[in-house]
Amino acid sequence: MSSSLSKNFNNFLAVDQVSFEVQKGEVLGFLGPNGAGKSTTMKMLTCFIPPSSGTAEICGFSILENPLEVRNQIGYLPESAPSYDEMLVGEFLSFVAEIRGFSGKELKRRVSIVVDMTSLREVENQMIETLSKGFRQRTSLAQALIHDPPVLILDEPTDGLDPNQKHEVRTLIKNMSEDRTILISTHILEEVDAVCTRAMIISEGRVVGYGTPDELMSQSLYRNSVTVSVNAEDHIPLMNDFNKLDFVYSVEHLPGETSGTGYYAFVPTK
Amino acid sequence: MNGFYPIFKRELLAYFRSPVAYVFIIIFLAANAGCTFFLGNFYDSQQASLEIFFLFHPWLYLFLIPAVGMRLWSEERRSGTAELLLTFPVRLTTTVFAKFFAAWVFIGIALMLTFPMVLTVYFLGSPDNGPIITGYLGSFLMAGSYLAIASCTSALTKNQVISFILSVNICLVLVLLGWGVLGDTLNSVFPVWISDFVSQFSFTTHYEAIRRGVIDLRDIIYFVSIIVIMLMLNVVVLESHKAS
Repeated sequence: MSSSLSKNFNNFLAVDQVSFEVQKGEVLGFLGPNGAGKSTTMKMLTCFIPPSSGTAEICGFSILENPLEVRNQIGYLPESAPSYDEMLVGEFLSFVAEIRGFSGKELKRRVSIVVDMTSLREVENQMIETLSKGFRQRTSLAQALIHDPPVLILDEPTDGLDPNQKHEVRTLIKNMSEDRTILISTHILEEVDAVCTRAMIISEGRVVGYGTPDELMSQSLYRNSVTVSVNAEDHIPLMNDFNKLDFVYSVEHLPGETSGTGYYAFVPTK
Repeated sequence: MNGFYPIFKRELLAYFRSPVAYVFIIIFLAANAGCTFFLGNFYDSQQASLEIFFLFHPWLYLFLIPAVGMRLWSEERRSGTAELLLTFPVRLTTTVFAKFFAAWVFIGIALMLTFPMVLTVYFLGSPDNGPIITGYLGSFLMAGSYLAIASCTSALTKNQVISFILSVNICLVLVLLGWGVLGDTLNSVFPVWISDFVSQFSFTTHYEAIRRGVIDLRDIIYFVSIIVIMLMLNVVVLESHKAS
């Protein structure tokens, strides 16, 4: 899967030449603040919106020339997990399976597999409207998995889940990643560390960092830095002394809550 | 047409899962009976025919059909399910037609529930079968045209109220073009062919012909082409929303 995409909305450049390649077995994390262009990129990859320029290829199919085939290859969890409120969980999953071309026993088998995978058994006959956020999110995730797609695009899959559920979903993503290509977006740093093999930092529509989580962290100025809390009235002589230490690259002073205290962040030399 | 049936089924089911279906059917039936018996003075006409019953349909549909159609796309866009629906491996045209047909079948069901009217005229006398059958056919086709317009306006906005008002107005224009009063006014200023030409665009003109028991292919083509054109426009509207 590879892409090089731009998108502008009425002169606002939302995504600016975002290019990347992901292989089978990889989990690529889109990391960035809200409004950075993560979701927009995902919407272009799933052929929901067309790119203003550039294209992407998924499993050998172009999003511009062969959108239906691309969608066949993708399982997509849109942001905030939309689903039809008036349907029962099982009914909704059957509906999605039917659209994906399954019928009869195969359809039932598929629904049953994803219900187990996402631990939805207990709410299978419950109306989606009545579900908690965690169950809704998992119903939507189940929907994305129903056709066992080679590519999964998950827009904030752990958003709104409690820590236990977050952990479950991350484990699920990790387990599925062996024979698949997975793209997830998040604004939680630890999630990238927990599930991604590679991460892409996006800011204002641009890629500002790309690499394995370790590589990205090693690029950080604050890698291995130490913060020390000190009680002292006057911080200037202290700073001078700190700066003389030979393992210190730089020191930053962060005022404490009461006068006479302060925090000092030591950035080490390499 | 892959994906047509599941989308159609879900949409039709959605009507009956919400109170919309029941409220609509009750109001539809009550309004039909009210118009026929009170406004139309059914008994005074001393005729065992459904002419008066069908007479009011263009006016009833003016409000009732946009009420059914206004949610078709606005609701999907507002709740975000459009993003789900439109990323399934289904052609947009198929999706638009599937949703439209579900709503049309729903209206068809409501129309069928007016069968006690048919029983009433058979009880009162021996009516002519032809105009009853063509009346229902014409009414159903006309309902489809109203609905296609409502579906298209509902794709324009996330707001159901705006969608409702827009489609009521477009339908009103299409009803009024064939209205006798407008024709007379035009005739007093312009040559007759102008008002004839204008009225050819109206629902009423074509519906009147069918409801009198004359099935002319041109009238059917008129309604079918309104449906197809509006739904194609619906596809274009959705495409352009995605692009901007």
